[in-house]
Amino acid sequence: MSISLTEVAADRVRAFLDNRGKGIGLRIGIKTTGCSGMAYVLEFVDELEEGDEVFESQGVKVIVDPKSLIYLDGTEVDFGKEGLNEGFKFTNPNAKDECGCGESFTV
Amino acid sequence: MALLQISEPGQSTAPHQRNYAAGIDLGTTNSLVAVKRSGQAETLPDEEGHHLLPSIVHYAENEILVGHPAQVLQAFDPLNTLSSVKRIMGRGVADLKSLDDVLPYQFDAAVDSTVPRIKTRSGNVSAVEVSAQILQQLAARAEQTLGEDLSGVVITVPAYFDDAQRQATRDAARLAGLNVYRLLNEPTAAAVAYGLDQNPDGVIAIYDLGGGTFDISILNLNKGVFEVLATGGDSSLGGDDMDHAIAEWIVAQADIGNMEPVLMRRILIAARKAKEDLTQDDSSEILIKHDDLDLTLSLTRDQFDQLIEDLVNKTLMSCRRVLRDARLDKTQITNVVMVGGSTRVPLVVNKVGEFFGCTPLTDLDPDRVVAIGAAIQADVLAGNKPEQDILLLDVLPLSLCIETMGGLSEKIIARNSPIPVARAQEFTTFKDGQTAMAIHVVQGERELVSDCRSLAHFELRGIPPMTAGAARIRVTYQVDADGLMSVLAEELSSGVKADIVIKPSYGLTDNEIESMLRDSMEYAKEDIQARMLAEQQVEARRVIEAIDSALEQDGHDLLDDQEYAEIEQARDHLQQLIETGNADNLKQAIKQVETVSESYVEKRMNASVQKVLAGKNIDQVEV
Repeated sequence: MSISLTEVAADRVRAFLDNRGKGIGLRIGIKTTGCSGMAYVLEFVDELEEGDEVFESQGVKVIVDPKSLIYLDGTEVDFGKEGLNEGFKFTNPNAKDECGCGESFTV
Repeated sequence: MALLQISEPGQSTAPHQRNYAAGIDLGTTNSLVAVKRSGQAETLPDEEGHHLLPSIVHYAENEILVGHPAQVLQAFDPLNTLSSVKRIMGRGVADLKSLDDVLPYQFDAAVDSTVPRIKTRSGNVSAVEVSAQILQQLAARAEQTLGEDLSGVVITVPAYFDDAQRQATRDAARLAGLNVYRLLNEPTAAAVAYGLDQNPDGVIAIYDLGGGTFDISILNLNKGVFEVLATGGDSSLGGDDMDHAIAEWIVAQADIGNMEPVLMRRILIAARKAKEDLTQDDSSEILIKHDDLDLTLSLTRDQFDQLIEDLVNKTLMSCRRVLRDARLDKTQITNVVMVGGSTRVPLVVNKVGEFFGCTPLTDLDPDRVVAIGAAIQADVLAGNKPEQDILLLDVLPLSLCIETMGGLSEKIIARNSPIPVARAQEFTTFKDGQTAMAIHVVQGERELVSDCRSLAHFELRGIPPMTAGAARIRVTYQVDADGLMSVLAEELSSGVKADIVIKPSYGLTDNEIESMLRDSMEYAKEDIQARMLAEQQVEARRVIEAIDSALEQDGHDLLDDQEYAEIEQARDHLQQLIETGNADNLKQAIKQVETVSESYVEKRMNASVQKVLAGKNIDQVEV
């Protein structure tokens, strides 16, 4: 079981955490909503919750709840630019289909 | 694949549910847009990497250019290239006379409108329309960057902007198709950018030295509410004056006699570069080549400091004045925030720090700090942050009042109260057995309801019959953060309730608000007299009511004919005066009724005591 960040993504997460002044890491998860069934969750973490799995990638703690982990195993999170926009991108081997906007997916 | 941002814990939203909000600093010379992403508020650059958008709009044959392309055309086509329109936002034609020298535009005097129209190639335009173009450009930049539509924006305005200027700014946003969450005072935005709103309280000085203007504002922070205590400054003092000071020094050093415009322009550009160098370096090399002039000069930081010392001292004099207006000592200032590009000059930071006796905050880019604060506030208002972080900054423009007996208006929430706000006041019944109460909600500063603006009427019914003055009716006025007002009336002994929701500023134009405020000052004396008369009229009616009901009950039993006639005469005299008398003689007549009926009141008291005691022996009387 693993989830990883690219170096660029890790640098950005670290910078955002520094700027925020608190937080122990990055939560990656999924929610069952959205136009194709499931949607990614990306949040700062101040406290761990029961059952949370903690991975370390590029020196950044990545926190995942066990339910989400099933659908996220092997996912790589990158940070990129598209025109003026920039943000995090998911490469998830479990995702079969994405909705047009890419914010939600099915497995 | 969409690009995702990191949310606060537990604040993730379903896809497309997140509200994207931007903060806009709509400036006189330059404007900026900022958004908060992944917990970080940043200004956004355009495709060329410029964060600042010059607040300039060019009206060409069949297109409108905004920002840098418009700036380029300013020298060639000044009449169709509009800049500094912020100076005429919300101003009437009459106000413009004082700005004639500043703005070179041709105003269309033929148009019969209170809003000044500037003549351009593509017809007449108003300052609101020009500002809308700038706002639209910035919003488009934000939407391209976010890849989403904006749910709303926060736009900053100077603290000294009046209601008309604020409304004009709102109108410009509406014209640009933007939803305005809130207008935020520029100094407040700067304080928010530094997170000062997270402190429980404090007194903050915002020192804003731009290219051509200087503003100093003193804010009082109390439980998350910023109140502007005083503002001051100089509308023609700034970094441009520093450039001129260096330019004069260059001219003196080089002993240039014949000054042509092109050379003057070169010298100014060189001066500006030297000023910028000297914010980092200890000395700057000045090179000027023009015709047979070949000049190399060296300007040290110390020399530069001497050149601009008077200028900086002038700003400190404004600081002193504004502290006096706020009735504060400079030791009471807890933080000093630096805003505006000219605060990069080290001497400015040092002198300001020395003056206030504390280190000014300079970590954030002084050009961007206002937009960043606006973006932080916009993010909170868009609902992307937990509730308790919400900052409350709006105030009520006019007092909210209730009509009481005699057509008087009683203020429940005073003007300038920060919203949201809730205030309650207790009222009582006027007549015996009164079972309903009409509640009239009005807005304004005048003492009589007829001079205020009526907002709503409603009735509280089902009050249990009681003697006059026994019922306790609590009326609660509440205004939420969006300016929506609700009124609740409740009789406390029985719990009967009635309520109504009103939009207070509905239909009130800013001119109306302004003239209502002016009237309240002009008519203050007449208002007080009218109030006193109305109060005496109410009192007189109450006395007559009480006397009539007593006389009907036992007047003939307890009084002889002469006594009865005396009381009746005094009562009739009072009745007459209600319509014709003034406050003073009404007061006398009331007094007279009370005097002649003194012995009657005594007899009634004795009679009622006897009635209670009749047929009981002493043991049965509870004391």
